[in-house]
Amino acid sequence: MKSSRIVLGLYTLFLMLPIYWLVNMSLKTNAEITGPLTLFPQQLTLQNYVKIFTDSSWYMGYVNAVLYVLINTIISIVLALPAAYAFSRYRFVGDKHLFFWLLSNRMAPAAVFALPFFNLYQAVGLFDTVWAVALAHCLFNVPLAVWILEGFISGVPREIDETASIDGYSFPRFFGKIFIPLIANGIGVAAFFCFMFSWVELLLARTLTATNAKPISAIMTRTVSAAGMDWGLLAAAGVLTIIPGAVVIWFVRNYIAKGFALGRV
Amino acid sequence: MTLSLHSVTRQIGDDLHLNNVTLTLERGTLNVLLGPTLSGKTTLMRVMAGLDAPDHGHIAVDGRDVTGTSVGKRNVAMVYQQFINYPTLSVYENIASPLRVAGVARDEIDRRVNDAAKLLRLTSMLDRTPLQLSGGQQQRTAIARALVKRADLVLMDEPLANLDYKLREELREELPRIFQSSGAIFVYATTEPSEALLLGGNTASLWQGRVTQFGPTPAVYRQPKDLITAQVFSDPPLNLLAGLKQGNRFTLSHGAELPLYDDLARLPDGPMTLAFRAHHMSLKAPVSTSMSMQVVVGGSEISGSESFVHVALGSTKFVLLEQGVHRLDEGTQLDVHVAADYLFAFDSAGHLLRAPVNAGQGGVL
Repeated sequence: MKSSRIVLGLYTLFLMLPIYWLVNMSLKTNAEITGPLTLFPQQLTLQNYVKIFTDSSWYMGYVNAVLYVLINTIISIVLALPAAYAFSRYRFVGDKHLFFWLLSNRMAPAAVFALPFFNLYQAVGLFDTVWAVALAHCLFNVPLAVWILEGFISGVPREIDETASIDGYSFPRFFGKIFIPLIANGIGVAAFFCFMFSWVELLLARTLTATNAKPISAIMTRTVSAAGMDWGLLAAAGVLTIIPGAVVIWFVRNYIAKGFALGRV
Repeated sequence: MTLSLHSVTRQIGDDLHLNNVTLTLERGTLNVLLGPTLSGKTTLMRVMAGLDAPDHGHIAVDGRDVTGTSVGKRNVAMVYQQFINYPTLSVYENIASPLRVAGVARDEIDRRVNDAAKLLRLTSMLDRTPLQLSGGQQQRTAIARALVKRADLVLMDEPLANLDYKLREELREELPRIFQSSGAIFVYATTEPSEALLLGGNTASLWQGRVTQFGPTPAVYRQPKDLITAQVFSDPPLNLLAGLKQGNRFTLSHGAELPLYDDLARLPDGPMTLAFRAHHMSLKAPVSTSMSMQVVVGGSEISGSESFVHVALGSTKFVLLEQGVHRLDEGTQLDVHVAADYLFAFDSAGHLLRAPVNAGQGGVL
């Protein structure tokens, strides 16, 4: 009992250490960071955070990232819902192959698609907009959402659909009033994963933006100035970057467990 | 309204789920579809509802062809074996749902939902959601939703099969009363002969996708047209004696001989199957003319105050149902008796030659 607690404690410490170090650095001055090792800030400073919140080239990075992540999540769910319903409820020629092919889209590295997207979006004038990144991320998020939602939809008895059509519901009315509330958990889980994958993706986001739509993760990789690395500022940006993910996971933590139980996450 | 099916056939892959079904159901009747699992009851109901289309044949309502009409436009209601409700809506909204879709006025909805809830004793549960109810209450909610709509055709697919014994008895008694209060055609599928007898009305016996007989329930039970119908409508299984009839002697396939009397002896000679129900075979010799056999006990099961005794005559096995507790050891030899009045006789093609005496008037059965 006691030894297991020690093991758990050590493991938690091991997991928390990088996060602590990041927060620690974000509250230090550059001089202190590059100086000898200190376990907590000797000269506590919020200057790094002030800089991010006042400089538009920094805070617009967050705005851009949140924008394309939200757009992508909405597009992914809206497209995936009817697709997942069809995969779950109907049998058609090649349905199983198509379903697997959708999933195999996730297996190609994003780098493969960076070049075609870059060229395509330049040609159609989408380059350097949040839409470019949002649409590019659909490449892997739509299949993921279809996969997750199909599991949840298959958990709803087909007889409920039939009962609704016997009761006289039109399909859109049934879908909106009866069906979507039934799979709300699944939509929550799918939305979370779309959010997460879009939020952490760097390569496409950096390739498809230049100045106007540059997300925070791309900005963070370009902060080497003439004066060298601004360590404290980077650490503060890092702290602010993990906050949205933490907030979202707090809200969906119960649904995620259900998603895992269905074997679809 | 009258619902009629003409030579309806439905095939899925190589399996014939419905084989040339022709059936006419009249307004205000209760119709039982009786058949073992996989006999096509559910498929037949789905075709009647319009959820599935037949591959051949057509369906008419009051003479008007509705084969291609979608289910939403047919004014039917259906209750499934599983308890199907809308889990996110309250019981009230579940029952009200078909009325809301139909655009019925608010106070009218309220009145009808409350009436249905009262009939099915759900009044105190209207604010809960279906998953907070017991199985019986969930199924009553589904039944209330089917009734509140005042559909022309109400289909119930083994609605009581997943309920515990006590609830089943309770609902079984309520259902005929509920049926009577509406003028619809009720169709009720079940695997249990006793349920069909309890509900009354008409019975269609189903076997491998065919309707073997359709008529008033007691008539189908007492005078089945053929051996298959008699077997479908018998639980425990019908006991069979296959053999050759010559004059007043009946020779079983393994050589034993049994005497035949009266009208049985007067039936045409030839291969024949005699059949009788488990509760018509007795350990005690009846007063009337009977057929006696010396059998070997294979085991006995006591179910409360009844005993099922498994016996064998040569290679032919019978089940005997006797009132009272009879604990018999395996291997015991004893005499068992079947009153001649209770015997069915079928010819080699399975057609009925003779039904139990007085079968038309009831009484003895």
